[in-house]
Formats: sequence, structure tokens, C-alpha cells
Amino acid sequence: MRITCPVCGERDRREFYYKGAALVRPAEGADLDAWHEYVHLRENPAGALDELWYHEMGCNSWLKVTRNTATHEILDVQLASEAGLGGEK
Amino acid sequence: MRFSGWRVLKEGLTGNKGWKPHWRDPEPKSEYDVVIIGGGGHGLATAYYLAKEHGINNVAVLEKGYLGGGNVGRNTTIVRANYYLPGNSEFYSHSLKLWEGMEQDLNYNAMMSQRGIINLFHNDGQRDAAVRRGNSIVNQGDDAEILSREQVRELAPFLNFENNRFPIMGGLMQRRAGTARHDAVAWGYARGADMRGVDLIQNCEVTGIDVKDGKVVGVQTARGPIRAKKVALAAAGRSGQVAAMAGLTLPIESHVLQAFVSEGLKPIVDHVITFAEGHLYISQSDKGGMVFGSYLDFYSSYAARGNLPMVEHTMESFVAMVPALSKARLLRSWGGIMDMTPDGSPIIDHSPIDGLYLNCGWCYGGFKATPGSGHVYAHLIATDRPHGAATKLKLNRFRSGVGLMDEEGTGAQHNLH
Amino acid sequence: MRLPGKGLNQGAKPITFGFNGRHMMGLEGDTLASALLANDVHLMGRSFKYHRPRGVLTAGSEEPNALVTVGTGGEQDPNIRATQQELFEGLEARSQNCWPSVERDVMAVNDLAAPFFGAGFYYKTFMWPAAFWEKVYEPMIRNAAGLGALSGEADRDTYEKAFAFCDVLVIGSGPAGLMAALTAGRAGADVILAEEDSRMGGRLLAEREEIGGKPGHEWAAEVLAELEAMDNVRLMTRTAITGAYDQGTYGALERVSHHLPRRHSLKGSHLPRECFWRIAAKHAVLAAGAIERPVAFRNNDRPGIMMAGAVRAYLNRWGVAPGERVTLFANNDQAHRTARDLHEAGVHIAAVIDSRHDAPVDGPYQVIKGAQVCGSAGRQRIESITVRSVKGEEKIQTDCLAMSGGWNPSVHLTCHLNSRPQWNREALAFVPTEGAVPGMVTAGACNGTFSTAGALREGAEAAGKVLEALGLKSAAADLPDAEDDPYRIAALWAVPGKGRAWLDFQNDVTVKDVKQAAVENFRSVEHMKRYTTQGMATDQGKNSNVAALAVLADATGRTIPETGTTTFRPPFVPVSLGAMGAGATDEGFKPQRFLTSHGESDNRGAHQLEVGLWYRAAYFPKPGETNWRQSCDREVTLVRKAVGICDVSTLGKIDIQGADAGKFLDFLYTNTFSTLKVGKVRYGLMLREDGFVMDDGTTARLGENHYVMTTTTAAAGQVMAHMEFVSQALYPEWDVRFTSVTEQWAQFAVAGPKSQELLNGLLDEEVNGETWPFMGCGEATVLGVKGRLFRISFSGEHAYEVAVPARYGEALFRELLKRAEAMGGGAYGMEALNVLRIEKGLITHAEINGTVTAFDLGLQGMMSKKKAFLGQAMSTREGLMAEDRMRMVGLKPVGAAKEITAGAHLFTPGDPVERIYDQGYVTSAGYSPTLGHPIGLAFLKEGPDRIGETVRLVDHMRGVDTLCEVVSPVFFDPEGGRARG
Repeated sequence: MRITCPVCGERDRREFYYKGAALVRPAEGADLDAWHEYVHLRENPAGALDELWYHEMGCNSWLKVTRNTATHEILDVQLASEAGLGGEK
Repeated sequence: MRFSGWRVLKEGLTGNKGWKPHWRDPEPKSEYDVVIIGGGGHGLATAYYLAKEHGINNVAVLEKGYLGGGNVGRNTTIVRANYYLPGNSEFYSHSLKLWEGMEQDLNYNAMMSQRGIINLFHNDGQRDAAVRRGNSIVNQGDDAEILSREQVRELAPFLNFENNRFPIMGGLMQRRAGTARHDAVAWGYARGADMRGVDLIQNCEVTGIDVKDGKVVGVQTARGPIRAKKVALAAAGRSGQVAAMAGLTLPIESHVLQAFVSEGLKPIVDHVITFAEGHLYISQSDKGGMVFGSYLDFYSSYAARGNLPMVEHTMESFVAMVPALSKARLLRSWGGIMDMTPDGSPIIDHSPIDGLYLNCGWCYGGFKATPGSGHVYAHLIATDRPHGAATKLKLNRFRSGVGLMDEEGTGAQHNLH
Repeated sequence: MRLPGKGLNQGAKPITFGFNGRHMMGLEGDTLASALLANDVHLMGRSFKYHRPRGVLTAGSEEPNALVTVGTGGEQDPNIRATQQELFEGLEARSQNCWPSVERDVMAVNDLAAPFFGAGFYYKTFMWPAAFWEKVYEPMIRNAAGLGALSGEADRDTYEKAFAFCDVLVIGSGPAGLMAALTAGRAGADVILAEEDSRMGGRLLAEREEIGGKPGHEWAAEVLAELEAMDNVRLMTRTAITGAYDQGTYGALERVSHHLPRRHSLKGSHLPRECFWRIAAKHAVLAAGAIERPVAFRNNDRPGIMMAGAVRAYLNRWGVAPGERVTLFANNDQAHRTARDLHEAGVHIAAVIDSRHDAPVDGPYQVIKGAQVCGSAGRQRIESITVRSVKGEEKIQTDCLAMSGGWNPSVHLTCHLNSRPQWNREALAFVPTEGAVPGMVTAGACNGTFSTAGALREGAEAAGKVLEALGLKSAAADLPDAEDDPYRIAALWAVPGKGRAWLDFQNDVTVKDVKQAAVENFRSVEHMKRYTTQGMATDQGKNSNVAALAVLADATGRTIPETGTTTFRPPFVPVSLGAMGAGATDEGFKPQRFLTSHGESDNRGAHQLEVGLWYRAAYFPKPGETNWRQSCDREVTLVRKAVGICDVSTLGKIDIQGADAGKFLDFLYTNTFSTLKVGKVRYGLMLREDGFVMDDGTTARLGENHYVMTTTTAAAGQVMAHMEFVSQALYPEWDVRFTSVTEQWAQFAVAGPKSQELLNGLLDEEVNGETWPFMGCGEATVLGVKGRLFRISFSGEHAYEVAVPARYGEALFRELLKRAEAMGGGAYGMEALNVLRIEKGLITHAEINGTVTAFDLGLQGMMSKKKAFLGQAMSTREGLMAEDRMRMVGLKPVGAAKEITAGAHLFTPGDPVERIYDQGYVTSAGYSPTLGHPIGLAFLKEGPDRIGETVRLVDHMRGVDTLCEVVSPVFFDPEGGRARG
């Protein structure tokens, strides 16, 4: 598997660390159900999924990668810093 | 037909003409008391115990492909009961006991081989963790012992004792653990369930779960609708997808785990051996192939195949630990889809929908759980109460934080278990 | 038998080699198989189950029978295909899975018991009595398991791994592959042409068909010369592409020195035995050819029965005739070339048997049309065949039967990403599905195109497609003339009749087995495979799968496409673990991280331990000390009484700067850092988002916008990634930058009542309670070197950590030791450090094991209520604050000193020692020389409420069963006066 890091270009998967689904963090003060959903529950689609990868052995960028979980095709990559995952603050 | 050595002899002498199908291929009926979604090890075992222990035989097992085609047909065949947290301890202990009588119960040789598992440790911290685990196992009533480095060497002289990056300090041994012929487990349960009247329906994908007023009423399938009083999920790997048909979101991510087998070699590895530093586990089958695996590929996947980084990591761990097997050749690699939960432990529970039951989240541990899972799941479905060995496998533990079973202490990141 | 003047090896050097102890002559360029056939050796091995005598079947890597062992001891290499092993001077090979010899194999008795050993027999027996499985049955089965053997010694060879990158990976160097590589190479693309054989050319080396008016192999040589001259083309022989993976990644195994005498690849020499390549290719052209399939008939497995195409290869490439009186059995036109070529080479063709009534007649030899071979005779080599035709049955004497049931395209790599091949009715074969592997185009025989002209055309077209996608211009294809015969074939899978007809030769799966599986309702092709073991041998069904599923289709009344295929999975050919795991043996498995004090610690005889990737000194034995405990006790005492020095550089150090650095830390830690005064250090606790403790450590504020965080050694990487996540994904708007400086600083603990005194001789600055108060920090000058000094304590003593740039670490360590020793102190290691911190109830990852909460650690007071922090919400879940959680306490023995052991479990005295009564477990334990008895830290249900109670400690693993008193985890100096003073 190869991922195109927006900073470094196309790199082998082994340079990256995988965290899981890229979800928007609940607002501070959100109820525990919202946190439970964020931390535990997963749509887990067999298809396109937004997910978080970390270019650990490259530029240390966290990436939001859109990837098809059924075919492993990579549809989009963007910097996590531009993905609006921090939620309401 | 009862299987036995005499039968094999008699058939051999008469041209093997008397063998019968191991199970029927019935047409689905329009209604069942229980419909089980998934004809893998757990689904088949559940059907078997529903019929055998609870007298419920108006049961259908609906399988998208072929019986035993899921993870029961693609694992590294390890059976053990060496967990240390409440919930897992009693459940896997229960399962191991069922393994021990399986062949005689099923009249099918699943080749459960209690050859022992050795979990190697390499430093004081790992040793203390192994001791804590070993003590938990003994407190549960199962067997465990700590082996010294020299005791490990006696059992497995081919390991790297000389020049290892992480020297072997000793091992945690469970002698009752071992391996089994994985396909035969599925077939044995299938045959047993079929003999007791369960309909095993292959090539029958479930396409919808019908819920009315908060209660399940049946399923839609590729072969038409089927009404059911109770519907039981046993589709690990696809649990999230199946549950979504009933509008449920589960605390599960699907991940690919690769497994490997080498060309046949004259037996050299007589135990199951695991290597903590590389998460490697190896055994040698009765055909001579080294059967082994290590971590997940670490990305969500439904593709049932993996990529090279984890293949190479596995081989690296292997040759680091067992340089004497470096010339063994990898014959085949494959992938299975794991239901990964946030604490790495399974769920056998009611769902929020009346009449819909959950059996999912097996992570790496589904194969060894097969008899136990079927047994306690059948109990839950039949009585609507959890079996005594499965009171803690709750769905709501993640929301409440009560009774989490995070054996590895890695927290709620699904893929780290 | 070698035919003079035949073959591509004219003038080759003679080579001596040994097989089963017998020494023979071969020629350079031979494989072991061709050399053995040249010496009329046909019996090369035994089958797996029935130990049937077996000869070579094929001429390629798909060989199921002729598997041999090469070498001995740490060089012993089993399951080597004789068809791939190139001959070299001194090669010694031997047959395997036979005893005492391949000619007389006692296990051949299994063949007589075949009626009882049918498909799946073992699932039906060996169940009684239950205990006999491990004791009797399984040992018996394992005794017979496996093919070749390893010696049990560590591998003495070396291996390599490498990466390669290209625009176009061309897989296979037959006419299609060569044409594709030529077209792509001429257009300027970066090309890798990979060929698993030792010589490029594919079937062109085995056939006599011409290209452009010259022999195919000559055309190939010209193309190769042109390719070799191109800088943008890399030719890789002996390199099998083993797998197709995502985004154009391919695995490849190069057999670098299997063809050389062994000394070249042993450790310390210059060549690896094998190299495993990871090739990242923008595009690939699969031109992998096809594999000929046997026909199942009674006793079709005798030595001397070979694939027709393999017979042509032995004849045309190696000048070897595998028999003197050859017969041919086929269902397709192409196979007739075998008779034609042999006849022209002067070999007698006893008969050509073709199942088709319209079979061609190509030469002056007997062609029996509409006939089938229905049996063979001979013991260790075929002597005759029985032919059934409209005229009845006749016996024909023959010493070699060449057979062909048609060809199976090598679609394997197209299946690796889960694509299923399609059945092609004209070719009677599975062909690749278009787009099966993104970026891959297929060409030639692997596509079901079996003529030379077709292969050349498709090779050029495939390259054209790839070049277009690359945006490169391709010259109009200049296709040479070549044979373009139609592929005429009629289905023939298994000849009806009694007896055993083999499908899977190695695993001894017969037509009967497949039929019996169908009868027993193993009708799914996957069930049949698993029940009979069809296709599970070392060839992974390359020879047999299609015929087996045709038999299954027939037995179940379905068509072949309805029956479907099993899945081809990587690797395409077996790959040694050594190659894929290259570099990981011995110390190479993981990086080794050494402290700057490592050498000096070694000089002092320190016992070094792995701590993660680091090595740290465990203890520093002094003369007269006979065990680690003595050293540890002394080191603990010297810290408590004088001053000790310990390298603590493995702790993660992260330098954090920016206007929002304080805000950032407030969010990361449960407690507040924005209020920390410059020049002060604070202990902090970090949670995961699920509310459990992730890590702890101290953070120092060096300036208004400048902090230095320390993490535990174990969690350094995890914390760094976590901080990056928070900063990039959650709060990108914050002005904060940070970087790991773990390796930039060497940091030493200077601990003990004399620590201040020691430092005062060392630093330019005056060290006292005012300049460096407890938890104070700041820059300091160490013998002229700018460093940092932190007044923090992990031992409970008055202590400091002094940091200097790493290049001064070793010198400072020596200097500190010299001064400490002069004051009655010295070095202390991990063991003493551990005892010191247990005495103080300070935690490490033995306690922060991923399942504990701040509440469990008694640190709930550190969870600020005045600000938001990561993990806050989930830490309030009921289960994480429950009173009955196991919480941290100290343990000391009741009565005379007994053992406390880490990993032991705790029980209420009087309760049974069973899981449901479990009250907790010991996380850390040690002997406290300060207190004179063992101490431990433990997690105990409702622990802090049970101080003063007695609990029973049981460690089955170590045979310890003792009573302990529950005490505060702070054993020593609970008021903390020593550290503060």
C-alpha cells in the first residue's frame, strides 16, 4: 500500500501509523453518549472511509485519508490540520 | 452414520461406496424459531447447542458463501485459555473444557491437539506480567506454569538462545492449550446440527433484518424473506455491516489479520510458541507446515488480504526467534477480517432490539472461542439470560466503563488489540 | 539421454554433481532435473501420502514431484525444485520423504492401504479413546508428516531485502514480455523486466517456432541485447514476482546465489543467497505465460510421465531426450510439437494418442485418434501404457509418456487483490479479469493467447496502453512474423475407468477423492479443496486445480464456471522466511539504542538490560558481590546515605515552544501548567481520550513560552504522536511547536544527601536552596558546558537531574562518578532505581499498565475541575470512578521477612484461592535495604480503605503463599522532607 503524503509525496505504507476513523471531536461539555460515540462506536463501512494516518517516519504530519476499505483504493489525502476535526470549542 | 475406525475399515474393504453427505442442503423454510446469520464456527456451534442442549431445532443457519468459510477456515488454529481478566478468564476456560470433549461429543475428529503453548518472555516486566497471567489462570482452575530459560531450551532447542536481540528469559506454559484442525471444527458442528434437524443454508446472503415495533420479526435474504422469532448474529468480520441492517452501530472496526503457512517440513516444532516482542505465534501442523501469524495489518479492511509490511514483520520476527527455520519457505499467505473492539474482548449479549442477539468482536480470539461461544450464545438465545461463563461480555461496558477487558492495556483504539 | 548437437547449450562446460550419493556429469546451464534426465535418472522423489515413486513432471517452478534437499547442517535446504536448481560444480542433492532410500522406501507400504486412506478419512477415526490422540495417533501422523527436513541448526546463509521503483514492471520474458519491455524501453520508460528462470526468453527457449525468420531464442537474444544497452531498463533474471499488493507494490524473490557453490552466500561472504525485493511500479505488464496441465488417468503418476511442453523444453533447451521410446497423449494441437521435435531429433515416437477424432498428423509416426491412455505400468519408471480407442484396448511399450491436457494461463498475480478469473470456453481455461490489479495489463499466454504472434502483438499492445497512461509516446509496433496457429483443443480432464487417477501429484489427491468429497456433500470448491487437500501442496494447485474442479463440476452436475475456483494467494512461488525476514537475525531484529554512558557502564562491569530499544545498566557489581541483590542493596543505600549517579537519558524529552504552549499543556495534562512559574518543574498526568492514564512525567518551564516535557521511556513515541495529533488535528489554531530532544541531551540523576555538595564542585553556579529550590530548574554551566539543572527526585532524596548536550554525556558521567565515589557514593542502576521509587510509592509503567485511572493511583486530585483536558469527559464514566476498583496500595510482610513477588494475586485470608475471590495483584516488588524487608506496590479492591488489613498473597508460579499488611504506598519518608530539604 502506498500513500501520497501532501508534504512528502508518495510513500510506502510502512512509514505511516494508523489511528482509525477520522471523526470530529465532540464539544467540551458534550454528554457522555456523544463521547462514547466518538471514542468507541464506528460506522465501519465497506467502502469509502475517512481515516487518520500519521506520517511517523516522514514529516510527522497527521493526515485525513479517504480510502476504500473493500479495495484499499485511496481516494483523497489531506492534512488533518485542514480537516476540521477539532470540533466546536 | 456414526464415524469410527471400524467404519473406515469396512468402507475401505467395500470400495468406499457407503459414505453419506455430512449434511443436507435444504431449501429455506418460510419461518424458523431462530435464524442464525453466519455459518462459520460460532454460528454452527450455536445451532448445534441450541438443538442439543435446549431442544430448539427449528433453526436455520444462513450463510452467504460456504459453511466454515469465514475466520474458522482461515486462522492459525490455536486453542488456549490463558487470559487474565474477569470475563475472559471464565469464558475461555469454559471453552477449553468444551474443546477437550469435542471429538467424542461431535463424533468428528477435529484433531484438538493439546501440545501446550509457550509464551516466551524476555525481560523482568514481561516475566511479571506472565506471572500475573499465570496466577490468574490457576485461580480460574486452569493450568499454567513458568518455565525457566533452560526448561524452554529443552522443549524448543531450535529457538535463538545465543544471540537474540531480546534474549529468552523463560516462558509461560499452558499444557492443555494446543491446536485443532480448524475446518473440521466447522464441519463437525455442521454435521451435528444437521443431524439434529437444523437447516444449514449456504449461498444465502442476508440482505435485511426486519424489525417491527422494536422487535425483530425476520430477515430478508438472497433466497427470499424468512420470518423468525429470534435472530442471532454470528458474522464476525462483517458484524458492523449486518448490525447496520437493523440500524445498530457497534463499537467495532473491521481489520485484516494475515496468516501464513510454510511448505511441509519434517516435524521440529512440537508446541505452540509465541514471541511477545514481535507478537509472533507459531506451530507446526500435523501435515508439516509451519502455521504462524503476528499483528493485524493495522488499517480497516474488508478485503481479506494484506500487504507486505506486516508479512515482512512476521518473517523478521520468525527468523529473529527461530533462525533454524529461516530456510522454511512461505507457501501461502491469506487474510481474515477481524471484528476489533475497543478493549480487545468479545461481545455476547442482547442487542437493543428485542429478539436480536449479538455475538461479535472476537478480535484475534475467535477460533479458540468457537465451542464456548456457541454454547453460551445458545444459552442466551434459548433462555434470554447470559450463561454463567459469559456474564461480562456486555455491549454496554464501553459506555459505562464497568468491566472493561483490556488485556493489553492499550485503550480504546480498536486496532491496537 | 543427452542428444549430441541438440539444445542451446552447445559447447557448455561439463560439471560433476551428486544425487543420492551417486556422482554424475552434467553441463553448465543444466538444471538438476535436466542433468538427471540426461543421466537417465527419472526416480527423484516420493509422494507425500502414499510414498509413490515420482519423477520430474515439469520444467519449471510449478514442479510438484522432483523436490530435493541440498546441503547439510546450517546450509541444509529442503524442498528445492530440481527443475529450478541450476547445476554447479560439486552440487550435492538428495531425495526426501523416503527411507532408507528413494528406491526402497518402507513407507511405500501406505500405498497398499490406500483404500482406507481416502479423502478425509482422518476426520472419521482416531477418536477413541480420547487420550490416544496426543499419545498414539498424532505422533504416528506427525512421524509421516512433511516433505524435506531442516537440520535444526541456525541458517548459515545471508539474505538481503531491497526496494526498487519503475514505470513499468514486465513480469515474464517470453515473447509477450520481451515485446512489452522492448516497446516500453524504446519509448524511454523506466522498465524492470523480471524473469524467474536463470535465462530470459520463456517458452522461446523451449520451442523451435521461428520469429522473424530466425529461431525464437535468437530473436530473444537480440531483443535482450538491445534492452541491456538501455539505461532505463533493468533486467532481473532468477527473480520471481511473488505477489501483487496495493498501489502497484509487488514482491519479488531473486535467487542470487543458489546457482553458485555455497561459500558465496555464507555469513561473511559477498553475496546473499536470496534477495527479497519490494518493487513499486506505476504500471505492470503481466506476461507470465501458462502452465500445462496433466490429464488424469489410472496410474498417471509414474516416473517417466511428463508434461509434453516440459519434454520439449528438455529436448530443445538442454538437448536431453527423456526417453528412447516416447509416447504422447494430448487433447490439443500444440502438444503434437513434442512428437514432431523428438522425431526430428531422432527419438522414436511409439505413438501419439489424441482424444480428438480430428487430431492432426504431423509426422511419420502412429497417431491414434479419438483414443485415450487409460493406464500405465512399470515400477519405478513407466514401461508401458494402455490405450483405449474404438478398436479396444492395446498396450504400448514406452519409457516416457508426454501428456498435455492444454494450458492454464498463469493468472495467479491477477488474483492476489481478490479478483476472480473468468472461464474462457474456447481456450478451456481461466483467463484474467480486466482491471483485476489496478495498473496491470496482461499479455500473451497468461491472457489465454497461445500463439507466438498473438503473444508478440499483445505484448506490444500492453506496453502501448501503459505508455499512453504514462504520457509517453510509443513508436508504432514493429511486429516480427511468427507462428499464429489456432489453439485447437477439446476438453479432456480425466479418463474414465477404475483405479486411481492422480490430480494433485504431491498430495496424492485422485479423481476418486474429489468424487467422494462431492458424495459427502463437500460440493463447494473450497470444501472439496479443504476436505481432500487438493491444491494445498507446494505447487498450490498450479498443475492440478483446473482439472480437479472440472472433475468436481462433473460430479456435481454443474459447469466449471458455476463451480468456481479457489483463490490464488501470494506468494506465487514459495519464498524462504530468511529472505522476507532478511536483516532481522541476531541483533538486527530491532534497532539498538545506546546511552552515552554505555561504554563506561560496560567498563565498570555493569549488567546491561534491554529496556524497550534501549540498553540500560541494571546494576554495577563490585568485587565480592556474588548476586545482583547485593549490588542493588548497596546502590540503594549509597543513594540514601551519600550520593548516587544514574543515567536517565532514556526518558522522552520534548521541547515545547510558542505563545500557546501553556494552553497546549493544560489540555494535554490533567493538571495545570500555564500557571507554572518560569524556573519551576511540575509533575503531570496525561490521560487517553477514554479517560485512562496514558503517561506521567515532569515538565519544566524554562521561559515564558518554553517548556521541556519528560515522558516515561516506554511511552516516549506514543506521547509524541499524541501531541502531534492534538496540535495538528484538534487545535491547529494554537501557536505551539515542539520536537523530540531525547537524543540531544544526556541527563543524569544525582541523588542523595550529598548531591548538592557534589554539584557545587562541578557547576559554575552556586547550588543551594534558593538558586535551585525543590522543583526548581534552570540553565547551568557544567565545567564550562551550557547545560540544564532540574531539582527533581525519583528516589525521595534531595536530588537533581543534570543535563548536557549528548556529546558531553560520557565525559560528564565519568566526572560525576569520580566525584560521587570520592564522597562515598557511586553509580546506581535500574534495579536500585526501582527499589528507591517503590520505597517512595512512585509509579512506572508497571503501575500505569493501560488499565488504571487517576482514581486507582490516588491521583484524582490532579484532575483539574477548572479547565478542559483530554480524557476528562470519559474519565467521569461510572466504571472509572467505582469505589470497588482495584486501587494502589503498599504491601509489607506480616511477621518475619517473606517474599513479595510481582504478579502475585491477593486474597482475603480465609477465602478460597479462586478467581471470583480475587482482590488484586502486585505490580512491583523488591527488597528494601532501607527498611530491612520486602515491599511491594499492588492494586487492591477498595485498597486505600483497607490500610492496616492483612491480605493473603498467592503466587502459584513462584510457589509463594504469604500474608501481607496493606500499607500506604509511600514506605519511606512520607512527609517528603528529604527531597524538599
